[in-house]
Amino acid sequence: MKAIPRAHPLWLAYILHRLSGLGLALFLPAHFYVLSMALNDAARLDAFLRLTDYPLVKLAEFGLVFLLAVHFFGGLRLLAFEWLPWSAPQKTWAAASLAGAFLISTTFLLRAI
Amino acid sequence: MSRAMVAASTSQRREKRGPKVGTTGPQITVTVQRGGPEGPGRKQQFQVPAYDNQTVLDVVSWIQQNADPTLTYRFACRVGMCGSCAMMVNGVPRWTCRTHVSKVLQDGAMEVAPLRNLPVIKDLAADMDTFFDKWVSAEAVHHPTASRDDPIAPIDPEAPERVTASAGIECINCAVCYAACDTVANNPDYLGPAALQRAWTLYNDAKDGAQDTILDAVSGKGGCHSCHSMGSCTAYCPNELDPLSAIAGLKRATTRRFFGKGRA
Repeated sequence: MKAIPRAHPLWLAYILHRLSGLGLALFLPAHFYVLSMALNDAARLDAFLRLTDYPLVKLAEFGLVFLLAVHFFGGLRLLAFEWLPWSAPQKTWAAASLAGAFLISTTFLLRAI
Repeated sequence: MSRAMVAASTSQRREKRGPKVGTTGPQITVTVQRGGPEGPGRKQQFQVPAYDNQTVLDVVSWIQQNADPTLTYRFACRVGMCGSCAMMVNGVPRWTCRTHVSKVLQDGAMEVAPLRNLPVIKDLAADMDTFFDKWVSAEAVHHPTASRDDPIAPIDPEAPERVTASAGIECINCAVCYAACDTVANNPDYLGPAALQRAWTLYNDAKDGAQDTILDAVSGKGGCHSCHSMGSCTAYCPNELDPLSAIAGLKRATTRRFFGKGRA
């Protein structure tokens, strides 16, 4: 595959943030529509939720959580970069601390469930 | 050196380069985007002799001097000071006079095109008018606080605001950041990284007397808040400046003023 010209880490982060945001925006109307079934037609909702037993749907759920996670952390990154006048080493340490805390807390969570 | 000696050394250099076209020895394939203001025209291929030490500007100059005298391009200083020779090389904006061919060659070939996001005058010469007009729109011009009759106010080079300003003043106006920026590509009103960075240096300059005017100019439509922080300006700046952080500084300064908190 031919390399994308002008691709660099921050640009890829920008593209990932944009595409994940677009994916989530497309998902939200469907999400609210399915949730509305709980009010109007509970039996239909239960029938629909049985779809989540299929491996393909489970995989799609993983994709959804991935989109949410990258958009969430990408957004935090942007907020920190634009609103905190930190130096580059300070940002590196902050990102490393956050990644370390996330790793440790997720490990505990996985052991707990 | 006498004129005769200059002529002799020039003819020796010509001999060293070999005959005008169709040189033997290692060659590089150069694809050049031709065209004018009406849009990109045909892509033309040239075989250019390869040397150990050769910049992209050397290659373009060789084509113009030996293969096709109608090729139009722009350069002046050849040493990375004037900012006039920037072009797209393999889709990436670069200062061609300081870009060694070995750094950009892909399988013995490279592609040269005019700077992105700017109108083309002809071939590789981009029209820089919009780029410089936006510097003025961003109030990236000096607003004096004193006349020549006043004593010169001492400036502490270590003062934090001076350090912030000094970080961005080595811009050579080459428009590499402007060509790299996808926000410029998608938003014709966006002032662009170079103009905003200059506005930020002047905002932090103790000798500039129009901080509010600068913030007014950069907070409107197409101002600093249009930036998506993709960072191509900082990634490709040939002088290793950081317009991305300068624009983030403007975002903070305009926001602080909006909430009535004065200077950032």
